[in-house]
Amino acid sequence: MSEIPAKAPQGHIEVRSFSLSYDSIEGPVQAVTDTQIHVKPGEFVSIVGPSGCGKSTLLNAVAGFLKPTTGIVTVDGERVSGPSAERGMVFQQYSLFPWKTVRENVEFGLKMRGMPRSQRERAARTLLGLAGLEAFEKHYPEKLSGGMKQRVGIVRALATGPKVLLLDEPFGALDAQTRVIMQQILTNMWQRLKISVLFVTHDIDEAIFLSDRVYCMTARPGSIKAEIPIPLERPRQQSMMMSSEFLALRRGLMSLIREESLKAMGGEINDLGMRGLNIELHGQSLAEVL
Amino acid sequence: MSSPAILRHPEDSMPATAIAETGPEPVATPPSFGTLALRWYRLNRSGLRAIAIGITSLLAFLLVWHLLTTYRVVFFVRFTNVPSPLAVYASFIKAIHDPKFLMHIVLSCRRILVGFSLAAIIGVPLGLVMGRFKLVHEVIFPVAEVLRPIPAIAWVPMAIMLWPTNEQSIVYITFLGSFFPILVNTLHGMTLVDPVLVRAAQCLGARERSIFREVYFPASLPHIFTGLTVGMGVAWVSLIAAEMISGQYGIGYFTWEAYSLVQYADIALGMIAIGVLGLGSSLLIRGAGQLVMPWRAK
Ligand SMILES: Nc1ncnc2c1ncn2[C@@H]1O[C@H](COP(=O)(O)OP(=O)(O)O)[C@@H](O)[C@H]1O
Ligand SMILES: [Mg+2]
Repeated sequence: MSEIPAKAPQGHIEVRSFSLSYDSIEGPVQAVTDTQIHVKPGEFVSIVGPSGCGKSTLLNAVAGFLKPTTGIVTVDGERVSGPSAERGMVFQQYSLFPWKTVRENVEFGLKMRGMPRSQRERAARTLLGLAGLEAFEKHYPEKLSGGMKQRVGIVRALATGPKVLLLDEPFGALDAQTRVIMQQILTNMWQRLKISVLFVTHDIDEAIFLSDRVYCMTARPGSIKAEIPIPLERPRQQSMMMSSEFLALRRGLMSLIREESLKAMGGEINDLGMRGLNIELHGQSLAEVL
Repeated sequence: MSSPAILRHPEDSMPATAIAETGPEPVATPPSFGTLALRWYRLNRSGLRAIAIGITSLLAFLLVWHLLTTYRVVFFVRFTNVPSPLAVYASFIKAIHDPKFLMHIVLSCRRILVGFSLAAIIGVPLGLVMGRFKLVHEVIFPVAEVLRPIPAIAWVPMAIMLWPTNEQSIVYITFLGSFFPILVNTLHGMTLVDPVLVRAAQCLGARERSIFREVYFPASLPHIFTGLTVGMGVAWVSLIAAEMISGQYGIGYFTWEAYSLVQYADIALGMIAIGVLGLGSSLLIRGAGQLVMPWRAK
């Protein structure tokens, strides 16, 4: 742990009057519209919403891969204009470099910064130790299980000491058991590093379990439908997921999401020319018709 | 109530992460030599079978060749003048003591080395740059597409005009033959680079130059090596043709000269030498590929 210098809480993300549309052959596709979100230094914030609502779009704009069509993204008051090592990113597809060993993957950011080899090797070993991966430092990623790959992904993103960590459905491809362990590991690292986290998921339980606050997005074009503070105490235990407090939060979020998912599906049904069927878009009736 | 320790499941004492994760685990105790040998045999049984069948089929090929030539079979194809395997073996023994034969081989290898190396040194970087910079691609691609379908052999008269010496024109033909497969495969590899890996590098602080070196290049390596393997094959085809037409030395010239001099056994010897050299050079490239891309080893 001594390798990472303790620092004053940093990483205040602000997204204001944000909208983003993609150019396509059929004209512009409005992916996200009129969105404001913020993440306070050291806060853990999740974004949930139906698939295709623009969660990844929003996250990629914070990462600096996409330019907002309108509005502005800032981190600690500085405008985001491109990707940078200040904003670490973890991808659903792991996206480890297959030609680098586990340790070389973790060293990558430090190497880019010009840190001498022996120093970055030591730093990478320490970090891998924290994630329980020291035995695998010489393995190539292909040989690892999904959970291990994603642990490497997280460690790699944290190695350069970024101000914020952005994660796009990082555990979406993992089995339930591994997922729980990964959530624990992520929580531990977040608490030790005091870093701001913006976490995209479609798993409501995951969002509640991990977060201080959850943003729920509307169907496309995505905007913020609701902002839900999660007052559950920390450290969080697996057993809390059965508490009435948790279940109440879950019910609330679930109904918000269901509304939006049905809207999204309703849009598709209308697109298919089924409007004439006069489907009422209230949960039960649609499910029955389908 | 409490069960004796010996009945406890070993996993009880393992940390939670170790249970959930299954990955490569180091083997605990080294097994004896006998066990190892047996295991090795079991693992390689199908490989050993393939080798045994391969050797048998080569021997059968030699036997058929021997019979066809000994009885001078004429059945659509005429084996009247075709040398027998024994005759070829005899001329092989003679040839390896003949410095002239060895010189033919050395010269051919040198031409391959120079022509192919030039093709790789120019083709790989050009393919990488074309894959990365649209303008370079737009400028070079049309020219490459027009020149590419011209077989290297068709360049022989032009090459003789272009280059002052015969040696240079032959190397040039060899170069041309391997250049386009190398270029095209490198370019193809560049188009298949996963953009998410580029993004991953970018948000770890990598700039254009580092992304090129650390992502685009290694990601394209498998295709580059496909290009080198194909390029090596075409290099030999082009070299032999060029030597037969315009050479004075080289294994292609040796083969053609054998025909003019009615040294029929030497024709087959030349052919076999070409085959062995071609095989050897493609094995070298495969070996280099495994050295350069250790992550792809099984
Ligand atoms: N490059 C693109 N061009 C056109 N439309 C896109 C592009 N990328 C995403 N979209 C559209 O924008 C919407 C939001 O996408 P995305 O942010 O990936 O959603 P999510 O991550 O919430 O599933 C989707 O409807 C998708 O079809
Ligand atoms: Mg997404």
